[in-house]
Amino acid sequence: MGLGLLFLLICLFGAGTALGQQQESMSQRPVAAPQGSGDIGSDYWRALRQGESGYSASAPGRQSDLINVSGSAWMTQRNEEVTKIGAWAFAIFAGAVLLFYLARGTVRVDKGRSGRVVERWPLAHRIIHWWVAVLFIIQLFSGLVILYGKSLLIPLLGKETFGVLAQLAKTTHNYLGPLLFVGMVVMIVAWLKHNIPKGVDFSWFAKGGGLVGKGHPSAGYLNGGEKAWFWLVATVGGLIVVTGMVLDFPQFGQTRETMQSMNYLHGVAGLIVGAMTIAHIYIATLGTEGAMEGMLNGYVDVNWAEQHHDLWYEEVKDQAIDAESLQQEGGSSGSTVGGDQPSSSPA
Amino acid sequence: MARMKFLCDTDRCIECNGCVTACKNENEVPWGINRRRVVTINDGQEGERSVSVACMHCSDAPCISVCPVDTIYQTADGIVLHDKDICIGCGYCFFACPFGAPQFPTQSSFGSRGKMDKCTFCAGGPEKVGSIDEKRKYGSNRIAEGKLPICAEMCSTKALIAGDASDVSDIYRERIVWRGSAAGAWGWDLAYGRRKREQARGEAK
Repeated sequence: MGLGLLFLLICLFGAGTALGQQQESMSQRPVAAPQGSGDIGSDYWRALRQGESGYSASAPGRQSDLINVSGSAWMTQRNEEVTKIGAWAFAIFAGAVLLFYLARGTVRVDKGRSGRVVERWPLAHRIIHWWVAVLFIIQLFSGLVILYGKSLLIPLLGKETFGVLAQLAKTTHNYLGPLLFVGMVVMIVAWLKHNIPKGVDFSWFAKGGGLVGKGHPSAGYLNGGEKAWFWLVATVGGLIVVTGMVLDFPQFGQTRETMQSMNYLHGVAGLIVGAMTIAHIYIATLGTEGAMEGMLNGYVDVNWAEQHHDLWYEEVKDQAIDAESLQQEGGSSGSTVGGDQPSSSPA
Repeated sequence: MARMKFLCDTDRCIECNGCVTACKNENEVPWGINRRRVVTINDGQEGERSVSVACMHCSDAPCISVCPVDTIYQTADGIVLHDKDICIGCGYCFFACPFGAPQFPTQSSFGSRGKMDKCTFCAGGPEKVGSIDEKRKYGSNRIAEGKLPICAEMCSTKALIAGDASDVSDIYRERIVWRGSAAGAWGWDLAYGRRKREQARGEAK
């Protein structure tokens, strides 16, 4: 109920201007032009072309307007802008990551593995991360099917087969969307306190974040890059899930204009975050040795911690434990998501 | 080859809604959907005009252009039809259509809309001509029987004309010669002129 009200508020906020127009048309003010003569001139028809609406007994309340003025603008936005923005974003990020990998290679743990580990991501935080990550990837691919399938997949699969796939993609996208919304809200709230920018984050950026150039700039629990990614996800990603909810629950009186603008924002924001996810996944896997472990089994090697998050490591180094004791405690080494869940309260 | 078009002569339309009713009856359109509607401008005031609107079967139709599953198509006669088996109910055709023609049986949570429904120019759909499936999903196929759309055939003032573009134009041209003015062919420029306008724009550059 509360959630429903929230959607309604969002919709009303977004639809403010469109609703205003609707109410205006309900007051039945005369269309411009005919003064006295009853002449129906070109001004009259121009006003209709520009979206003037009338009264309809056969479509009460809904379609009393004659022309959907914004439809053609939306069509251009969706067919030309959004598809191009997406293609460019993916090309740029995939290309940049590839070039970067070729130039820099994997950032190794300089001192090698110490065999001692320290807890970085407790279980609850890993669950939030993978909740959002898995859902986002599914949403990204099902969204890409809807946006690019017509030009890329129909020639391969044919219309009928693609129709089944697209139906599956749309249904999945629409039913999982609200779960992603919930995950995003929880994640933003849970991680907000770690992501307040500090002075050290700016000097981290100034020194190239340890990815560009030599040496490893100082960083706390989260470095400047991680914080920037958090804020991008919180804002642009937040826009994705909010616009998605407005699109997903069309029964709250959203106007066609609201749906058009929401659809546009949803596509652009989704593609931007989707493309940047390539960089995020790269940095966490191929890009940096030892980083992924923190998000899989919760613990990172102390040498990795000292190298990448020296200020945080200073705070927690007395909590370090032997990697072997961790394995004994939590069973086999955690190489799969959720396959191995060590205790969230280390010794 | 014919190029089928609708023309609503707004100097003749009297807002009787006969076209709406005839369409609904002929095609057994689902409850809550009117494939055709009549809109009155300046109702009860000076300069009142009524327009009967449905799918205009546009040249270079926006709905075809935005459909993510490419289920909407144009026949050789220029009639815009769609395959309901492929339609995923995303609503994009409704967002893009200048005339508000595509409609959906429901509008509920998780973007559930059902299959899009719209005017077929009484030309059925992709199912076998005259089959039960065609009738159930798309309504009548009067074109296959050599007849014109029921809305135009039933129009009491012959405001709504349907048929091959050259015949429709001849009838309307004759009317405007008698009247001495031609304001009323509502929507023609928008429905049939987009490609020409874009070409003209391209040539101007």
